[in-house]
Amino acid sequence: MLHTFVAYVEDLPGVLTRVASLFRRLNININSLTVGRSERVGLSRMTVVCEASAESGHRIRASLFKLENVVDVDDIAQAPSVTRELALIKVAATPKNRSQIFELVEVFRARIVDLAPESMMIEMTGVESKIEGLIQVLNEGEERVLEICRSGKMTMRRGQHTSRVLKAMGAAGSTEPAAASEQPQTVFANSAACEPE
Amino acid sequence: MGTNATPQASNSTPTRLTGAEIVWATLVGEGVTDVFGYPGGAILPVYDALRKFPIHHTLVRHEQGAAHMADGYARASGKVGVCIATSGPGATNLVTGIATAMLDSIPMVCITGNVSSKVLGTDAFQEVDITGITLPVTKHNFLINRTEDIAAAIRYAFQIAKSARPGPVLVDITKDAQQGTAIFDFEAAKPRPVRPHPMRTIEESGLAQAADLIRNAQRPVILAGHGIIESGAMEQIRTLAERAQIPVALTLLGLGAFPASHPLNLGMMGMHGESWVNHAIQESDLLIACGMRFDDRVTGTVATYATKAKKIHIEVDPAEVNKNIKIDVPLLGDLREVLEELLPRISGRDGAAWLKTISDSKGASAVRDIKNLPDLGHLYAAHVIHDIWRITGGNAIIVTDVGQHQMWEAQYYHHEQPRTLITSGGLGTMGFALPAAIGAKFACRSKEVWVIAGDGGIQMTSPELATIAQEGIKINIAIINNGYLGMVRQWQEFFYEKNYECTPLLSPDFVKLADAHGIRGLTVRTRQELAPAVEAARAHSGAFLLNFMVEKEDSVYPMIPVGNALHEMIRRPDQNPLIESSNDK
Repeated sequence: MLHTFVAYVEDLPGVLTRVASLFRRLNININSLTVGRSERVGLSRMTVVCEASAESGHRIRASLFKLENVVDVDDIAQAPSVTRELALIKVAATPKNRSQIFELVEVFRARIVDLAPESMMIEMTGVESKIEGLIQVLNEGEERVLEICRSGKMTMRRGQHTSRVLKAMGAAGSTEPAAASEQPQTVFANSAACEPE
Repeated sequence: MGTNATPQASNSTPTRLTGAEIVWATLVGEGVTDVFGYPGGAILPVYDALRKFPIHHTLVRHEQGAAHMADGYARASGKVGVCIATSGPGATNLVTGIATAMLDSIPMVCITGNVSSKVLGTDAFQEVDITGITLPVTKHNFLINRTEDIAAAIRYAFQIAKSARPGPVLVDITKDAQQGTAIFDFEAAKPRPVRPHPMRTIEESGLAQAADLIRNAQRPVILAGHGIIESGAMEQIRTLAERAQIPVALTLLGLGAFPASHPLNLGMMGMHGESWVNHAIQESDLLIACGMRFDDRVTGTVATYATKAKKIHIEVDPAEVNKNIKIDVPLLGDLREVLEELLPRISGRDGAAWLKTISDSKGASAVRDIKNLPDLGHLYAAHVIHDIWRITGGNAIIVTDVGQHQMWEAQYYHHEQPRTLITSGGLGTMGFALPAAIGAKFACRSKEVWVIAGDGGIQMTSPELATIAQEGIKINIAIINNGYLGMVRQWQEFFYEKNYECTPLLSPDFVKLADAHGIRGLTVRTRQELAPAVEAARAHSGAFLLNFMVEKEDSVYPMIPVGNALHEMIRRPDQNPLIESSNDK
């Protein structure tokens, strides 16, 4: 099954390698991996999506926690959450077929972010299937796709839980960001409550 | 020496030191008295500063030896072992030793020099990405290129190495960081408190469930592993076993965690465990696994492993639960702490019927036991190890290599105390014994230390004989010499139609080899010579090597072939051709 892990990691050189190396060592292929700054100073947030057996979720999460630079791990599993991906798609476009592309972009609620004499760049956010849909339509139509750049998935739990986690992490207006790392139990207590149903 | 002032650790006021001095001052502050290493260009500043500090450095002959010595030191003492090497080949030579420590959860700190930060990444002379190389075989590692970060990194490394499930940590320090200066403040370099693993929780319900299972079990078995020794839970395990009358089976690394002479001790489990031990596990209705990880060498085929048993797993590492065997009640935490919580819930139980069943199942095992066979002139490894046990009173620290002799040691040397058997279990590293014994000797200078190694493994690290000679330490070395890579030969005999490809081994005259190092030695060919030779080795003030020419094609029995269930084992044949050979008549 598809597993999604959200990990808060220290923003230091080599941390990405450590996380990636863990999956390699467990012989698990990473489907997508996104990393960026988080709401906590000095910590990056990773979303790791991988294909592994249902039972392996526990071990992956437990092993991720064992990495010194990993501060928190959440196994999203089937919990209510929002997952998004960003795609930039460059298509060959001349004045002749531009309007056709504009129409498609409208239907998919994407945006045109660059217009050149012979190409257009489409920006789109959404779930994976929606992005796949646009790419498929572009490929099957007369438009020639020149380049595709996809961010990989980003995931966040929905609703109350998310805000509890944020509060526990001391983020979002907290005056003492340092306090967050000193109260790991609170953070972990919340994420520990998110075992797959 | 620029100044006569000796830089002090811990209780002194912050002073400006070079990075190299900070390395030693931090080690002194961490309580280190012995390190094992080998100098080289990129670590020279550190070596230059050594004489100012009260630390004994043992010069090894190969960096792998340094890692094994630090490992043996840690296993014998329970403290963190420390080894030092230079960049490039010095660092890569450590890797086997680091992996050995990783697989057996041994606390170790490895310090390596690296090229100057200005040339990092340029393929400079003797530059290698050792933090990259050791990433999967260390608990954590550091690349330090600023003098002011050295103390904190080393202190953090010590904390990681010994906390929770111990393991090796590597600190790679660039040459310019060693040469620079910084204010050294031992207290300020203290790491943040250990971050508890959030999945490591002991739940009330789990304890109650475990107590319930123990109360109602008819055929319980305790599986005692290395975690007992690491956690220091020997008393607690003993109390649990005695109070609930539960027999104890041990893993290879668990030997010594529960006294061998204790009536509830079954012996070693697994591939070369005695038949009644494995049968007891297979028949059991409750396994209480304590600080062990259901390695494939102890389970046999997982699908057929103890299918009738509920399983309680008391373990410090949450990633080990349900890894190989499905667990009914996981209790995740420090073993001693969990047992302290569990014991008040355990009341007396009558285990007599189950204990009798197990002891009845021993049956003819004693008759098959090779040490009970009549003396027909053959010298068996079992005789050698049994006599070493008898003569040393079971009180020596035995350091084994890997192979047949290792299993015979586990079967015939009965360990009463923890940290008296030092062996590479997880990685199975040949060449481990000789250097690890040197480390063990430095950890326990007043104790008798024996190396038991095969003729194959000893040659992998035999240059360390020179280290023994240079350090003038007393270690007794027993070589179980059968002219083969014995365990591999045994597999070839059983599973490859006796195709002894590349296992016959021509060895040097080990006694002459010892002599070349100024170490005395003796070759032993018969059972009569055995005991006097062991006595002679013990009586000699210096290191002593005994070359035991044992039966060439003896095998370790019982054996569970890979792919078999735990109870499906190859037994020592009643009519062993080795024993009944025509030469005996």
